[in-house]
Amino acid sequence: MDIILSNGSMLVMMAAAVGFFMAWGIGANDVANAMGTSVGSKALTIKQAIIIAMVFEFAGAYLAGGEVTSTIRKGIIDANFFVDTPELLVFGMISALFAAATWLLIASMLGWPVSTTHSIVGAIIGFAAFGVSSDAVVWGKVLGIVGSWIITPLISGVIAFLIFNSAQKLIFDTEKPLQQAKRYVPIYMFLAGFVLSLVTIKKGLKHIGLDSIDLGFTVLEMKGPGGYYLAVFVAIIVAIIGKIFITKINFDEKADKNTHYANVEKVFAILMIVTACCMAFAHGSNDVANAIGPLAAVVSIVDNGGEIAAKSAIAWWILPLGGFGIVAGLALFGHKVIATIGHGITHLTPSRGFAAELAAACTVVIASGAGLPISTTQTLVGAVLGVGMARGIAAINLSVVRNIVISWVITLPVGAGLSIVFFTIMKAVFS
Amino acid sequence: MARNSILGVFAKSPIKPLEKHIRMVAKCCNQLIPFFTAVSEKDWTTAGKIRKKLSKLERDADTLKRQLRLELPGGLFMPVDRADLLELLSQQDKIANKAKDIAGRIYGRKLEIPESLQESFALFVARNIEATEKAADAINELDDLLETGFRGREVDLVEKMIDQLDAIEDDTDEMQVVLRRDLMAIEDTLNPVDVMFLYQIIEWVGDLADLAERVGARLEILLARK
Repeated sequence: MDIILSNGSMLVMMAAAVGFFMAWGIGANDVANAMGTSVGSKALTIKQAIIIAMVFEFAGAYLAGGEVTSTIRKGIIDANFFVDTPELLVFGMISALFAAATWLLIASMLGWPVSTTHSIVGAIIGFAAFGVSSDAVVWGKVLGIVGSWIITPLISGVIAFLIFNSAQKLIFDTEKPLQQAKRYVPIYMFLAGFVLSLVTIKKGLKHIGLDSIDLGFTVLEMKGPGGYYLAVFVAIIVAIIGKIFITKINFDEKADKNTHYANVEKVFAILMIVTACCMAFAHGSNDVANAIGPLAAVVSIVDNGGEIAAKSAIAWWILPLGGFGIVAGLALFGHKVIATIGHGITHLTPSRGFAAELAAACTVVIASGAGLPISTTQTLVGAVLGVGMARGIAAINLSVVRNIVISWVITLPVGAGLSIVFFTIMKAVFS
Repeated sequence: MARNSILGVFAKSPIKPLEKHIRMVAKCCNQLIPFFTAVSEKDWTTAGKIRKKLSKLERDADTLKRQLRLELPGGLFMPVDRADLLELLSQQDKIANKAKDIAGRIYGRKLEIPESLQESFALFVARNIEATEKAADAINELDDLLETGFRGREVDLVEKMIDQLDAIEDDTDEMQVVLRRDLMAIEDTLNPVDVMFLYQIIEWVGDLADLAERVGARLEILLARK
């Protein structure tokens, strides 16, 4: 207890520094997942991708990142266990951050595809279960989280399959694909806008203290039906803006049957910009928690002078800190990462990319709303496989898919092991 | 860092190189038209040059074939069956091989085509080459087939192309019968060994359309399985 009172501000600074570093790493590395497909399919230039990623990652982290942050902060660990020794929880959370950051750094240097989510969850379980006591972990909750890692790629795969199949039926396999594309693409935009804004309104806004919007003539209560109206309203705006851009495209009118798909792709490229925004938003909303969840835990304990308050809000500055961290990572390294990718793939056309991104973004955002920390990469891989199942992609490298799956099986024990090491060191240093 | 992302998941598309290969094969066969013109005019230097060009195209197609095979490791998840795709590829390649054999045999023996047969022979060659081009067109549709997920409208279109291919092949069979009969009528006036080889050349040229038809058949299997 004394340790927290005497060293409180230093501990918070430590946690904030590592948390910011983690967020920075997420921005630098994972931006590929959010924006790569858009750049790869040439729907966006690198510069546009960076700007979109910055805006929407931040928005996602700030507006919709609260629920997952809460899970990481207090969902995995049974706080009652630490009532007498809050300093252990503080040390543990800082160790978990250190462990995850270290592992990500090593993996990035070696070029291994690892998940930030798996690292941090593994690290938190590690220090709590092995450093303190296995009763300190809420195993039921952990089981739910790990289960979600298996289920979310499946769900996003199924959604991607359905979306791509519907696009084939409604647009490609018709007499006039171009007209059909112009007609139906705004509907997909509506869908994207609706899911994202609904989850944000229902689950995200309360973390930034916004419960209702006063429109002058009526007040929209976020929790009630007002939230749905607002989501529909936002989605319609998205669809209308998309429609305007679609009518502005210059089509090659003389294009005959042999090249008409090129024109259709132009319509999908606009849709792809919308889904890229969604993906960046979804990524921000889920992954920001990996960096700042433990930080939020530390801050809440220190602010309460060592009391573990079960029902305290996340400190106001934490979500934006994570958001800025991600944006900083993007600004510094995103360019390089995206450039590598842009050359890497040319086999993904916007008509497939949109299906994968839309499915993954919806799944991730819904998981964020439910407070489940999931892996964005794996959800996207699931979605890509879904499009592949619908026979939309010429070739998918299954050995790479296997590597991604293996990497998370390895990440859990490594994250846990590292966190135990750091935890032991911290305990020794401070007591 | 590049590998630390989703994008490694996408492998190189096998469809584009497959199209490129059949285009090269068709171009290779096309050389037979000027080749036979030169042979009819007994211009053996030009014929030799064309034969060289033809062999080079055949070799290029071979290289492409090998490259494509190497780029299709077992762990690929594709909308088409891997074995079907490779079978289609080797069928395509056989067309080019046949064209090379024809040019090689004629040039090697300086085999002359009897003047009375020259006109119908040229038509016969042209018709066979049409078949190879039709096959190439059908393969070219694979990309769009992928776009629509191998069903509906595009499949109908390809089926129609394959029907046309079959019709051309039937046509060449009839032409072959007529050509053989005409050759038999004048064979007493010719060198017996040359006559033997002329029959063989007629058969080989007819094989071009047969092989092209088989490419169409493999394509149909490719579409039907999934």
